[in-house]
Amino acid sequence: MGLIFYLIAALTVVGGLAAVLLKNTVHCALALTVAFAGLALLFLNLDAQFAGFAQILVYIGAVAILVVFAILLTGGSETPQGGVFSRSWLAGLTAAAAVFAVLGWAVAASAPRLPGAAIPAPAATRASVIPSAPVAAPAPAVTVEQIGRVLAGRYVLPLEIVAVLLTAALIGAVIVAMHEKTGREKEGLE
Amino acid sequence: MTPLMGYLLVAALVFSIGLAGALTRRNAILVLIGIELMLNAANLNLIAFWRYGPHPELLTGMIFAIFSIAVAAAEAAVGLGLVIQIHRHAHTTDLDAINRMKG
Repeated sequence: MGLIFYLIAALTVVGGLAAVLLKNTVHCALALTVAFAGLALLFLNLDAQFAGFAQILVYIGAVAILVVFAILLTGGSETPQGGVFSRSWLAGLTAAAAVFAVLGWAVAASAPRLPGAAIPAPAATRASVIPSAPVAAPAPAVTVEQIGRVLAGRYVLPLEIVAVLLTAALIGAVIVAMHEKTGREKEGLE
Repeated sequence: MTPLMGYLLVAALVFSIGLAGALTRRNAILVLIGIELMLNAANLNLIAFWRYGPHPELLTGMIFAIFSIAVAAAEAAVGLGLVIQIHRHAHTTDLDAINRMKG
């Protein structure tokens, strides 16, 4: 647990908080980009280079831009009159806090049995063992070639299904977003 | 605190922030942003368990996270298309104002 992890984690959490708390919707989208970048850095910190760069390409390159486009197309950058939070914000905040409490309790309760935790030493030698200093697991060396072989071999069926899903989502998104305009044109013709 | 525990706690925090955003914001796009944060927190969990799990050479967690990223991209495209269509129809993205199902 080095300093770098704490810095990236703080960046991610601050970006996420800003994304849900800021009033201007465009600022929220930019803060979301910061949170995505922080998560990509966490992936890189975990030696998952391919997933980290996929995160940068897909989320920062596509999803964040898509969010900005949607904000500009809906003209939602101005603050609404009734405030940015819904009427039931207290119930939502309570639910989120409860979920975090449960997740944190689960992580804390299962800490001794998680992989990477120090194996509890017998009582006689426990004093000599430095507490919570696990042996750092060696970084798994993963090349893009290995990922490609796994994707084209063991996971080829999910890969094809994802390809079909992406095509369907692309066509579906275009049809959903175009529908109203063609309907109006038809009405005008009739 | 082990490294895995730190990553799990960060993922839990990001998930809760996303859930709070999805439940409390009025703008439909901000709700989608909250959902994206929740999906990303799940991906962080998958990668962390892949890295510190017993068999990282099988690549299971990382492949799962990559598929999850692809599905999340499809979800974002369809969701934002729906928001744009709702804005054309109701002239607002305020979820408190969109309160009828009839067109």
